[in-house]
Amino acid sequence: MRSRKVFSAMMAGVGLAGLTLMAPLTGAAAQEGKAGGTLKLLANAAAGTIDPHINYTLQYFQINYILYDGLVTFRKTGDKTGFDVVADLAESLPKPEDGGKKYVFTLRKGIKFSDGSDLTTADVVASFQRMFKISGPTTGTLYNGIVGADKCLKTPATCTLEGGVVADEAASTVTFNLVAPDPDFLQKISIPHAAILPAEAPPKDAGTVPVPGTGPYMIASYDPNSLLKMVRNPHFKEWSKEAQPAGYPDGIDYGFGLSDEAAVTAVENGQADWMFDPPPADRLAELGTKYAKQVSVHPLTAMWYAPMNTNLAPFNDIRVRQAVNYAIDRAAVVKLFGGSNLAQPSCQILPPDFPSYAPYCPFTANPGEKWSAPDLEKAKALVTASGTAGQEVTIITEDTEVSKSIGIYLQDVLNGLGYKTSVKPISQNIQFTYIQNTNNKVQISISQWFQDYPKPSNFLQVLFSCASFTPGSDASVNISGFCDKAIDQKMVEAQTATIADPAKGAELWTAVDKAVTDAAPVAVLFTPKRIDLISPRLKNFVFSPQFYWIMSQSWVE
Amino acid sequence: MDNLSAGQALVRSHRGAEGPWRTAWRKLRADRAAIMAFGVLVLITAASLAAPLYARHVAGTDPFATNLNGEVVIHGETRQVLEPSTEGLGLGFTPLGPTWDFGPYMLGADNQGRDVAARLLYGGRNSLLIAGAAALICLGLATLLGIVSGFFGGLVDTLLSRILDVLWAFPIFLLAISLSIVLITQSITIGPIEIRSGSLWLPIFIIGIVYVPYVARPIRGHVLSLMQAEFVTAAIGIGASPWRILLYDILPNVITRVIVFVPLILALNMMTESSLSFLSIGVQPPDASWGTIIQDGQGLLYSRPIVALAPGLAIVISVLALNILGDGVRDALDPKSSIRVV
Repeated sequence: MRSRKVFSAMMAGVGLAGLTLMAPLTGAAAQEGKAGGTLKLLANAAAGTIDPHINYTLQYFQINYILYDGLVTFRKTGDKTGFDVVADLAESLPKPEDGGKKYVFTLRKGIKFSDGSDLTTADVVASFQRMFKISGPTTGTLYNGIVGADKCLKTPATCTLEGGVVADEAASTVTFNLVAPDPDFLQKISIPHAAILPAEAPPKDAGTVPVPGTGPYMIASYDPNSLLKMVRNPHFKEWSKEAQPAGYPDGIDYGFGLSDEAAVTAVENGQADWMFDPPPADRLAELGTKYAKQVSVHPLTAMWYAPMNTNLAPFNDIRVRQAVNYAIDRAAVVKLFGGSNLAQPSCQILPPDFPSYAPYCPFTANPGEKWSAPDLEKAKALVTASGTAGQEVTIITEDTEVSKSIGIYLQDVLNGLGYKTSVKPISQNIQFTYIQNTNNKVQISISQWFQDYPKPSNFLQVLFSCASFTPGSDASVNISGFCDKAIDQKMVEAQTATIADPAKGAELWTAVDKAVTDAAPVAVLFTPKRIDLISPRLKNFVFSPQFYWIMSQSWVE
Repeated sequence: MDNLSAGQALVRSHRGAEGPWRTAWRKLRADRAAIMAFGVLVLITAASLAAPLYARHVAGTDPFATNLNGEVVIHGETRQVLEPSTEGLGLGFTPLGPTWDFGPYMLGADNQGRDVAARLLYGGRNSLLIAGAAALICLGLATLLGIVSGFFGGLVDTLLSRILDVLWAFPIFLLAISLSIVLITQSITIGPIEIRSGSLWLPIFIIGIVYVPYVARPIRGHVLSLMQAEFVTAAIGIGASPWRILLYDILPNVITRVIVFVPLILALNMMTESSLSFLSIGVQPPDASWGTIIQDGQGLLYSRPIVALAPGLAIVISVLALNILGDGVRDALDPKSSIRVV
């Protein structure tokens, strides 16, 4: 997933909850709460459509988890079990059948949508069809393994997923048939893109019109220019505390339009309870000292990186890509992000404490497990050997402060290597899609990736497999255009091995991580942390490794 | 002398009389505010031109290179250019503040560890260059279009006037921002001239174009009124060719009005350039202009407000000086005019 905002990273790593700087804020231990009141949230801007099958931003993923449910979900808890998949609308977690190609879910009974209609198996089938009909952003990468998905991807309007998603109304079951075993299938259908909506939900982007859901809250109104108002879902009855616990606040008001600076002041003063956007750099020292009790910092399973186009000069030469990796002073880049308490230098694709993660950094002065310092001599030697010095390079960054700062730093690095470099900051609303589309001939850019689900495939396969590269498309998250058949084969082997022998699979994924890192389609810069600023009246701030702040579990005094 | 006739005395006095340019210069010199404004502008321009000298010999830094790990000795104490927060949760870095010494980091550092004072001077160079070059393009084009439109009239006038109306219909900043966004990522080619993306010529070209209607329209109107003047009618009456009338009767009378426009357009260009650069669609990094430095300082308003205030102040002073000078020039050259560009 890609965050809308620069700091607002995604998902803490396994076992990282204990590393929180401000432990008192994380209400990992359940407390008896006080229902009532209205949470007041702030964001610089809205994040576009509220269609849960389309919106692919952290900002709305975070609220979609309390508005909608899938058949399964991640456990809503503030500890490391928050990465575990638990049954949600399904009665229980199904065992994979047919060698991992078949999953049968039995629906819970008595669950209603916020419009009062009953949840049925037909809604489940229709929801998965709808994902394809509206060309959901992850249908081609996460759900293309469902039988019939290939036809749906070709002709979305007539998608039926015939043989792929089969309902048995009488038995209240839904059967999923996969083309091939997928050990990550349950994780993939745990994200909001697989939310179950009423079968009547229109097969088009809902835009600003709320779609009924099954969560404890529902959207009362949405004006992207001012306010997203959420109120209690009158038809919600808690069926699983670990999957979808009832919420404490009666309402949640998400206001838009206030600047970051103003939002910080509002939260400091208790006029708002939380801000989505990262506090601006010039307020960090103030927050870390005067308002330290209202601040929490959490490590994330995410990365900031510089994708290099492996199909365009000069980065179609692996020596150049490696040279860039050697030349970057990652400690300096960390400073631009706010310092070592907010980020850690990294060279490899998988983030720390992630499944299959094994520390690895070949691009440093002393290659080994950790990055220590840039190796400029080696970098210059590689560029000289490539014979590409003197070529023009353009770096595309977001127009945000951090992204642009990193771009300017990278420009310095590339100029030092002998290139004629320019930086082009473009609006963060379009930068992510712009750099994906090969028609724009982007050579190198600054981007971020935050996990959707805690499996290595979400980083390695989604970002670097041949299948993830779609020339000429705005939705080609393999921004580097990296396609190595041998590494692709290794990914398939790792996926297959994971089903029979998870430990062996993990080993293979580790090897894939090293192979991709060595091929250097990107320059990984650092692993970010998330900083949350909350009001003094907000209690029980639960930070989940998967959902971030679980806002339904906080209350206000 | 006593024997001179009244007519001879009049002729002699006319021969000794100063010309219109000399009169204007005398009037301008008598305008203390205008002269002071001119002096301020000369100072700003000179300081900006001296930017490389200042960066090399006084600041001792490259104002375009990041200096994130740099250290500097201030009053005998070694300090990091980006100072980490060591209190509380230890979040963030604060750039070095102003030393107020005529030396390195006189106005402190920005978030890339660069010397703000050196960048301010380099920024001034770019801001003045863009404002000046865009003013030349704007006034040159506007004068040509205004004269052609007013002098030839008829179909030519109708066509040119409608084109100018279309341009006029767009709010200036909307037009400038739209052009900048479209052109920022790609080069444009006008005949043999190629303007590469990221080049300073891009904002020059854009700013030069958007103000053309605001100058061309008054000039056209002035030409139309000149065409009714007695001396033009007389020239036509004695059979002077259109080109002669244009060159000897119209152009000299238009030039004074164009000169009056110069400082006003310069001031507007400077503000437009700053605005575009502030929005990341003008001068591109690592080049600096006063607008880009304000943007750099936007994220440091609480901790290092000087980064944004210094270029802001430079813009205010420059624009104020240009406007005062503009008023002085107008009073000197064209006292009946009430020229206002926008």
